[in-house]
Amino acid sequence: MADTALPQAVTPQATAPEAARKPLIEVRGLRMYFPITAGVLRRRVGDVKAVDDVSFDILQGETLGLVGESGCGKSTCGRAILRLYEPTAGSVRLDGEDVLAASPDRLRKLRPAMQMVFQDPQASLNPRMTVAAIIGEPLEEHTRLTRGEKLARIYELMDQVGLNRDFANRYPHEFSGGQRQRIGIARALALNPRFIVCDEPIAALDVSIQAQVVNLLEELQDRLGLTYLFISHDLSMVRHIADRVAVMYLGRIIELAPREALYGAPLHPYTQALLSAVPEPDPALEAHRRRIILTGDVPSPANPPPGCNFCTRCPKVMPVCRTVEPDLRELEPGRFVACHLYNQTAGITAAAGGSPGTDAASIQQGE
Amino acid sequence: MPDGVAPVLSVRGLKTVFRTRGGEVHAVNSVSFDLRPGELLGVVGESGSGKSVTMMSLIGLLPSPPADVRAGQVLFDGADLLTCGADHLRGVRGAGIGFIFQDPMTSLNPVFTVGYQLREPLMTHMGLTRAQAQVRAAELLDLVGIPDAARRLKDYPHQFSGGMRQRVMIAIALACDPKVLIADEPTTALDVTIQAQILELVRDLRHKLGMAIIWITHDLGVIAGIADRVMVMYGGQIVEQAPVQDLFTRPRHPYTRALLKTVPSVRGARAEKLSVIEGQPPILRAAPAACAFANRCPQAFARCCVQNPPLYPAGPGHDAACFWDFDKDAPKDG
Repeated sequence: MADTALPQAVTPQATAPEAARKPLIEVRGLRMYFPITAGVLRRRVGDVKAVDDVSFDILQGETLGLVGESGCGKSTCGRAILRLYEPTAGSVRLDGEDVLAASPDRLRKLRPAMQMVFQDPQASLNPRMTVAAIIGEPLEEHTRLTRGEKLARIYELMDQVGLNRDFANRYPHEFSGGQRQRIGIARALALNPRFIVCDEPIAALDVSIQAQVVNLLEELQDRLGLTYLFISHDLSMVRHIADRVAVMYLGRIIELAPREALYGAPLHPYTQALLSAVPEPDPALEAHRRRIILTGDVPSPANPPPGCNFCTRCPKVMPVCRTVEPDLRELEPGRFVACHLYNQTAGITAAAGGSPGTDAASIQQGE
Repeated sequence: MPDGVAPVLSVRGLKTVFRTRGGEVHAVNSVSFDLRPGELLGVVGESGSGKSVTMMSLIGLLPSPPADVRAGQVLFDGADLLTCGADHLRGVRGAGIGFIFQDPMTSLNPVFTVGYQLREPLMTHMGLTRAQAQVRAAELLDLVGIPDAARRLKDYPHQFSGGMRQRVMIAIALACDPKVLIADEPTTALDVTIQAQILELVRDLRHKLGMAIIWITHDLGVIAGIADRVMVMYGGQIVEQAPVQDLFTRPRHPYTRALLKTVPSVRGARAEKLSVIEGQPPILRAAPAACAFANRCPQAFARCCVQNPPLYPAGPGHDAACFWDFDKDAPKDG
């Protein structure tokens, strides 16, 4: 991993057009707690804090990558934004309108603008419906097209995602994993959405097929001006597709930054460890690379530690981390981090690449 | 690695066919390879390339029917595992060749304690008493880095996290000091920071115990960091095998070349557009008469569609099954 922390390299990308773009999605203080019940009366004895006070914006036409390990709450966050769950608290604005406060009727009107592509195309496509019926179902629900117009739109969508029109009457099981994911994407596009949550859309696919689907998503974004929330645990793919990246750990965003800044010089010790853990497809580099190996496992979100959520595994933990929860603070324009190491704003260079990172106990030399 | 050292495991002409309602599927087609003592052999390929089926065929782990191991020889410890009979094979599976599966939750028995599952092979194959096995079981858990090992023997699999369960699987596989360890995507179901822990553990154990390891994965990054030698599988065949460094710097099969290009990196330069391999992997309805990769291959020419290329030497310890000569940038003669 790049040890060079260059604050000057962290230039906010393309300042002028960026400033002109306004956020399409504004998430503020989003909380999604799932109750833990016990006993015959199902009394509430606690909460799983799957998403705990998460705030971010997604600009018009950009891709925000949301990364983290399993159980960190990234998928729950995506679903809560689309109100597939009823969030416990917070607000989500789509182009200024609060999605979480919308009445059921109003929400139905908003749905076409915000869609989702699911992880497992096998599980999210009805096996008893033909491809044409699957892609056409949103049109059936939300538009008043004639039969002919509908078919024309279905064909248009199939062309857009690279599916052969002749297969419109086939069933999902007759397609390969990559093609099934294209069906899921076509369905998400049917109502001309502005915002799509892609929840691990490539996790179930083989590497050579992953690249096909990612390229398709990028082409569609350019052509249709889509805004994506791209949820993934695959850090290298997120680096490819995202403009900005948010890192989640145990229900919270612990770092949010433009892509190059985050991958070039990660600030939060967890982000540093996460990137360091990704193996590099290059044996020469792997042989000499310094790795940060975290000890232990992620604590349960039902019982997070006091203070910073990461304090149980952090190689740079300080006494304050075990008592006080760090806020997500903006250190530089566009760079947010929730870590006590950066409480003195001047400390950014020292802590990112300097001595704490080469702590002998936490770093192991590859052989 | 010097040639001439007797291999611990030697596979020749292995063929495995599945009989399905839709007809036969030729999952493994004439696979031959040697595993040398102490080496870590990485096996890479996409789903359906035959990498897992090959390894499960070796030690008779595929249910028959539908699987049918049609031909071949698997030489281990002086016996052919395909013909040696069930009793001998049972001994080999317990003590000679250890196996680690992808998903530790489905391969550990949820109703027995971890201690019971660790003692079982020790008592069956090593003839230890229950008390001796208990002591050894605690040592094994300690070896794979599970804290408070003696107490954790009383716990059930669901009381362990994913990474810890995979450590338990490794401990069970190592219980009887196998000469060969086959690991089938052992870190695929784990998070990347936990994967890093397991890879570190395996690097460490290899040096301590000195066994030969076959590591199946689709992740080229994992291979780069851990393997000595790599075998690339496609369409049920080995399409390229080489020392790890050579494979990454001088790939000589178009599939390997394309595969290396499709993987994005978290470090180094970022490509504007990902390179893709167009098309789909083959469905192996019949034994291959042509190159299985021909329909997706940028180099393919007439011969590739009528003849299946054998493995050609491409360097020291390096073979590739391709009619194209990448050094001359022309078809091979003959």
